[in-house]
Amino acid sequence: MLLNIKNLHVSINNKEIIKGLNLGINYGEVHAIMGPNGTGKSTLAAAISGKPGYEVTKGEIVYKGINILGMSPEEISWEGIFLGFQYPVEIPGVSITNFLRAALNEHREHQGLKPLTGSEFLSKLNEKKKLVEIQSKLTNRSVNEGFSGGEKKKNEIFQMAMLDPTLSILDETDSGLDIDALRIVANGVNTLRSEVNAFLLITHYQRLLDYIIPDFVHVLYDGKIVKSGGKELALFLEKKGYNWIKEELID
Amino acid sequence: MLNYYIVDMEKKFLKLNDKFNKQTSLFNDLINLFEENKNQIFKNDTKKISEVRKQALEKFSKSELPTLKHEKWRDTDLSKTLSKNYKYYFDAEENNSEIGKTFKCVVPQLDSLSFTFVNGWNTFESELITLEDGIIIGSFSDAMKKFPEIVEQHFAKTFQPEKDFFSLLNTSYAQDGFFIYVPDNVNSQKSIQIVNIINNDENIFLQPRNLVIIGKNSKLSLIHCHDSVNQKNSFTNSVTEIFLNENSNIDYYKLQNLNNQSTLLNHTNFYQNTNSNISSNSISLNGGLIRNETCVEIEGEGCAANVYGLFLMDDKQHIDNHIFIDHKKSNCVSNELFKGILDDNASAVFNGHVLVRQDSQKTEAFQSNKNILLTDTAKINTKPFLEIYADDVKCSHGATVGQLDNEALFYLRSRGISENNARMLLMYAFAAEVINKISIEPLKNRIDDMVKKRLRGELSVCDQCVLHCGTPEKEIDFEIDLSKI
Repeated sequence: MLLNIKNLHVSINNKEIIKGLNLGINYGEVHAIMGPNGTGKSTLAAAISGKPGYEVTKGEIVYKGINILGMSPEEISWEGIFLGFQYPVEIPGVSITNFLRAALNEHREHQGLKPLTGSEFLSKLNEKKKLVEIQSKLTNRSVNEGFSGGEKKKNEIFQMAMLDPTLSILDETDSGLDIDALRIVANGVNTLRSEVNAFLLITHYQRLLDYIIPDFVHVLYDGKIVKSGGKELALFLEKKGYNWIKEELID
Repeated sequence: MLNYYIVDMEKKFLKLNDKFNKQTSLFNDLINLFEENKNQIFKNDTKKISEVRKQALEKFSKSELPTLKHEKWRDTDLSKTLSKNYKYYFDAEENNSEIGKTFKCVVPQLDSLSFTFVNGWNTFESELITLEDGIIIGSFSDAMKKFPEIVEQHFAKTFQPEKDFFSLLNTSYAQDGFFIYVPDNVNSQKSIQIVNIINNDENIFLQPRNLVIIGKNSKLSLIHCHDSVNQKNSFTNSVTEIFLNENSNIDYYKLQNLNNQSTLLNHTNFYQNTNSNISSNSISLNGGLIRNETCVEIEGEGCAANVYGLFLMDDKQHIDNHIFIDHKKSNCVSNELFKGILDDNASAVFNGHVLVRQDSQKTEAFQSNKNILLTDTAKINTKPFLEIYADDVKCSHGATVGQLDNEALFYLRSRGISENNARMLLMYAFAAEVINKISIEPLKNRIDDMVKKRLRGELSVCDQCVLHCGTPEKEIDFEIDLSKI
């Protein structure tokens, strides 16, 4: 198993958000986590990525057989976990090119590889740009600065493609996307999807799952996975709404 | 604690002593000192210059020593600087000219001419040099002898020396410094670099006095450096007056890299005639206490004054940037951008005062000061200030104080950039806005490099340089070399 989350409890400022979550992901699988707002979807993504301030009070996150709890965000990234942000951060003054080259070379250093030469880096950059139909000019601009919502999300997928992770967690990548951008983002994910990696899609709406077909759908409610199923669960949720879950839980 | 000076005539030096704490003692003693060394100070003076000095001393004796009670000094405390003893030389020390003669500051690919001063005294072989394009460069003392009319016409003629305590003191005592005269219609491609080195075995007090005159339709790029060789105490009270005639331009860079025991009061006074342009950029990398006091008098229409600054301070360092821009004529633009990063217990002051007088219509004036505080104990007092009496103007001001953005830091780290490198990347990106204002490419590259070294906690000196400027307090583990990106 690539990722095995066991009885995970996560608190922020002493308030428990994730309350005993179990989730297993194998190589080659695409999982979708759905659920109403405020049930802990983004908290789960942040906790896996090692974001400071997210305190794991119980349980473990085992990735490739190692418990990654307590590892720094950079170490988790080097191990091959990528987080696509719901709200990508603007970083004025740091160009995408410089930023990605620094990131990529730290990954390579961790793997005991030599840094990429300028031309190796550029050819990789150009190859991956095509994947998400990113304009050439964009990579010379500061990271996300003044980008439209669609450009920011495309940039996330572009970075994912450059870093070639084993496990990609995409947090509400579909929010704020028009239908064309959504298609491009989905196409990027579908192209990268393979037997040696896995995806965890966090989404509020079923829409994204029309383009990226998941193997499993989980419903997160009040910090726990309350229901799991195949892709048809997403359609069911779309039709019935999340209130259905609440009612079922009360019963 | 106030102090006073005593003089040892034989050795010709001055001591600051803390036995007496009445201001009158200080003034009486300074005035006595002036009287006793009059002959030496006046040695190269014309009658008129001597007269100006006497008047300055007269005003000085009626002015007040700045303390925290004075509005302009309320956040910059000089008491520590003034509680030490310093030597004051009325003559160049012989042994010190060696370092000046052998020292070379080589900035790769920079087409420049370098002049070195050690402890405030020039170390040139010849007196005044006339370059191919007619620019005259040399020491201020030689200029008084050779070009008395030019010096008389400009010496202490800018606004500040008339009012400011330390400027008056400088006007009274100053004996050496640099003199640059650019004739009309000279567009110099070469940069002139003035390096002030402090190399002292004992604490010293020095007062350089610099004069720059740029003729009509001419351009000058000037790099003005303050460096220290060792870790001794020093107190520099420097005054620079820069006159810009019609359609003239100056690119002025101040690079400050002094030890933590040094105090630098650096007064720069610009006087602008019609259609002249200033671009001034002060890069303060190290120093115990630095105060850059910049005054711009805009006396003609169509002028632009761009005043930029970057300061990176740590330990207990203190930096104070005081800017005063006086828009006396209409259709002019001024633009201030100061950015700072403060670590440990460092403190900073920004005070930008723009005065737009009643008749100065169509003025555009912008002020911006942005700061990053890396610790809870670092401190900035910022005061952008517009004083506007005209009604048809476009002005704005703003200041921000913040920390490194934690969201941005996590974003970079989640991509595999380690924490130190991510912090460094964010700090460098913040500083780059000021560095990018440097229009001389080789200089920009060098300063870029020095800023990176400074942010990494390395000594911000160049390879093979004899200067040993600030001492970094802590090691920062930094593995990727951003310059290779």
